[in-house]
Amino acid sequence: MHPREYVGLSVSIPSPADLSQCVHCGLCLQNCPTYLQTGYEAESPRGRIHLIAALNEGRVAANDAYRQHLELCLVCRNCESVCPSGVHFGRIMEAGRAQLYERASLSLGERLFRRLAFRELLPHPIRLRALFGALLVYQRSGLQRLVRASKLLPSALAEAESLLPRLPVPFSPRRDVYPAEGQVRYRVGMFTGCVMPLVYGPVHAATLRVLRHNGCEVHIPRRQVCCGALNVHGGEQEVTRELARENVRAFLGRGLDAIVVNSAGCGAIMKEYGELLASSEALEFARLTRDVTEFLAGIELEPFRRQVRRSVTLQESCHLVHAQRIKDAPRALLAAISGVELRDMAHPDLCCGSAGLYMLTQRDMSTRILDQKMGEVAATGVQTIVTANPGCMMQLQRGVRRAGLAAEVKHVVELVDEGYQAPVDDLQM
Amino acid sequence: MKLADHLRDVLGPGAVFEATEDVIMYEYDYGLDRAMPDLVALPRSTAEVQAIVRAAQAAGVPIVARGAGTGISGGAVPSRGGLIVSLARMNRILEIDAANRCAVVQPGVINLDLSKVAEPYGLFFAPDPSSQKASTIGGNIANNAGGPHCLSLGVTVNHILGVEMVLHDGSAVRFGGKTPEALGLDLTGVIVGSEGTLGVVTEATVRLMPLPEAVRTAVALFGSVEAASAAVSDLISRGVVPSALEMMDRLAISAVEAAFQAGYPPEAGAVLLVEVDGLVEQVDGQAAVVDQVCRAAGALDIRLAATADERARLWAARKGAASAMGRIAPNYYLHDAVVPRTRLPEILAHVVEIGQRHDLPIANLFHAGDGNLHPMILFDVRQPGILDRVMAAGREILTRCVEAGGTITGEHGVGLEKQAFMPLIFSDDDLDVMARVRSAIDPAANFNPAKILPAPESSHAVATRGQTQQCIPESMWV
Repeated sequence: MHPREYVGLSVSIPSPADLSQCVHCGLCLQNCPTYLQTGYEAESPRGRIHLIAALNEGRVAANDAYRQHLELCLVCRNCESVCPSGVHFGRIMEAGRAQLYERASLSLGERLFRRLAFRELLPHPIRLRALFGALLVYQRSGLQRLVRASKLLPSALAEAESLLPRLPVPFSPRRDVYPAEGQVRYRVGMFTGCVMPLVYGPVHAATLRVLRHNGCEVHIPRRQVCCGALNVHGGEQEVTRELARENVRAFLGRGLDAIVVNSAGCGAIMKEYGELLASSEALEFARLTRDVTEFLAGIELEPFRRQVRRSVTLQESCHLVHAQRIKDAPRALLAAISGVELRDMAHPDLCCGSAGLYMLTQRDMSTRILDQKMGEVAATGVQTIVTANPGCMMQLQRGVRRAGLAAEVKHVVELVDEGYQAPVDDLQM
Repeated sequence: MKLADHLRDVLGPGAVFEATEDVIMYEYDYGLDRAMPDLVALPRSTAEVQAIVRAAQAAGVPIVARGAGTGISGGAVPSRGGLIVSLARMNRILEIDAANRCAVVQPGVINLDLSKVAEPYGLFFAPDPSSQKASTIGGNIANNAGGPHCLSLGVTVNHILGVEMVLHDGSAVRFGGKTPEALGLDLTGVIVGSEGTLGVVTEATVRLMPLPEAVRTAVALFGSVEAASAAVSDLISRGVVPSALEMMDRLAISAVEAAFQAGYPPEAGAVLLVEVDGLVEQVDGQAAVVDQVCRAAGALDIRLAATADERARLWAARKGAASAMGRIAPNYYLHDAVVPRTRLPEILAHVVEIGQRHDLPIANLFHAGDGNLHPMILFDVRQPGILDRVMAAGREILTRCVEAGGTITGEHGVGLEKQAFMPLIFSDDDLDVMARVRSAIDPAANFNPAKILPAPESSHAVATRGQTQQCIPESMWV
């Protein structure tokens, strides 16, 4: 018998070869956050695969119940990490959802939301910037306090509003190419993404500093656009293809050694561009893509300049540890920074319930998962939670507020950056 | 009132399901058989189980208790439809009694979770089926589950001290408990392995064993399964009883290495995974004997796991081995049979011959120390008529094992899969006694009906035919 062959991403039919690879052994069950919450087979990886297969056999309908089971999946892909049979669960679920949204009758509001998010907003940097500019004014002008006090917002919108962290100054690169500090060791592209520069600008600034400090000439092409991950997760593959083509054009032809990305969710889909577009350029783009932790752990780092006295716990972002299978890199970096003490929580590889738009669309389950996560965090007694993805940061910040913890939420690269800051010669040293 | 509505009143929201889209994922376990339930209920307490059983009995609806659905014999498949009672939400460890080396648990507790919770007390739950990271104590009890370490420590029945069970009339009875010497009839022993045909176990008192002080794990590489089998017999006849003694053949190794990269040599004809444990002073001496015996039997290489991490990787790969077959075949039939361990090489020659004759590749895992073999017949269900060949080959393997003085299941249970083979082992009189015990405890035969004992028509064949028809249509395949 030969190793099985796979077909590429289809537009809207889950590949029968992918579906048949699941042997329904159940070894995924205890690694599925929603099964752990519910104990209900319909909210398990194997149950979802069976359900999608059943739809394609004409045994079930794409009705509300079907839709709820598919939508309750976080697509954290923890099940993929532990599957002995090597089932490509993410691929199955993405195609399953695309198929669902072609068939299901969505309400007007849902169609509007999907159109706004997937087609009118995320792919358009200027519109996003305008929206977040307005939100920044909203937060800083005192309007936010007024609105919150007035309780005028409908509850769903109010919850979405409460998720937004206090917005920092956006990351607005002034140059296309930033020179390395000292001798050039690598020429890298920096992927900035859609929302990240607006919500987590300081993480980008830290990434840029750390890369330059380590001899990287950093290219930040202006033409780059959103990675398209949220679209694919939402079952909208066509827009992602357009975005992918645009990004491939923006980064290739510069003689880059790597395309560095500090958002695990973006990195995961960028590494799948080859499969998505099936072009040699896209394959090259995917080959060059590196998560920032992966890149930094793979090069010889400049010596750190100061101690970072923090006790930290690591939330291994799902799209890093499960989708990209990068487990050791963030740990290696944390171990390299002197002063950092890593205290693992019970399940660092279990999703925090963020999962992109999930934290808005599946508020209830997202919160149940988050509260359990915060219990594990509290048990470690750390000052800082580190992670590697903006969605996780947003969700964990919400969790910290909910649990009333004093912990800070940081990206791993922000701690690396701290280690490169000028030494403070106070009593701490 | 409709049964579903009544149960919703009792259990509250989110605990009773009946729509096809909500219950279709309860039509399978890890085996080949499938059958749709009419209803699924997820109770949280013994009282809720009692209410469910009373209502279902009143409605004359079959009741099939289910743990994690990791069984391989169709035990949790509702072959006559009816109500699935999933015990997944009854997953609390009620007590760890370290002084008395036991624990009291609900049936939905995950096997490995119990050992993890017991570890700080220096204790563990000994039965370690390969499904242990997902399977439940309740499911282990139903199937009298085994596992690699049952070679030295015994199977599940040796580790269950007592149970609480809900009977057909909704009463909850208790047999056994923490006291070591039980009196009266050993009904705990009857319940363990009864595959849900007597009632629903809602609580168990289980034995915990002290963790060994030291462990040594060796991987020995052989040119052939025959050579590895010779080493197994030599080891045991030298008086060494390893805590586990596992074998894999070349085809199995190839799938396992594709999945886990645990370091099993792909060029080997067979590997033995040998573990010894005990006092620090003992284990190195035992490991030396293992080394010597394996080399004398023709081992090409043998090495010890250097770290706990390496040992964990070897075991994770071994325990995921059956599931890893999905990498090399679209479908497989995982068999379970036992022979006296000295007959292993001879049986294996038969297995190879049977596979060749039916033109079916067969990968082999063995709990070699117990003579428990797991031939996995690989196939692609899309090939017309192949299931008949697969079933025929399976039947021949089992028949050969019985002729060699063995039996038809070591640890997976009878379920739907093996009930037609029961007459190979038991006389009509034997089976009649079992049937009478069963009907004494469950007179209406509503608990997991048509399982274990041979049914008038072979449910297994029916279900398997059903699966062929339900399989993804040809046009769907690429």
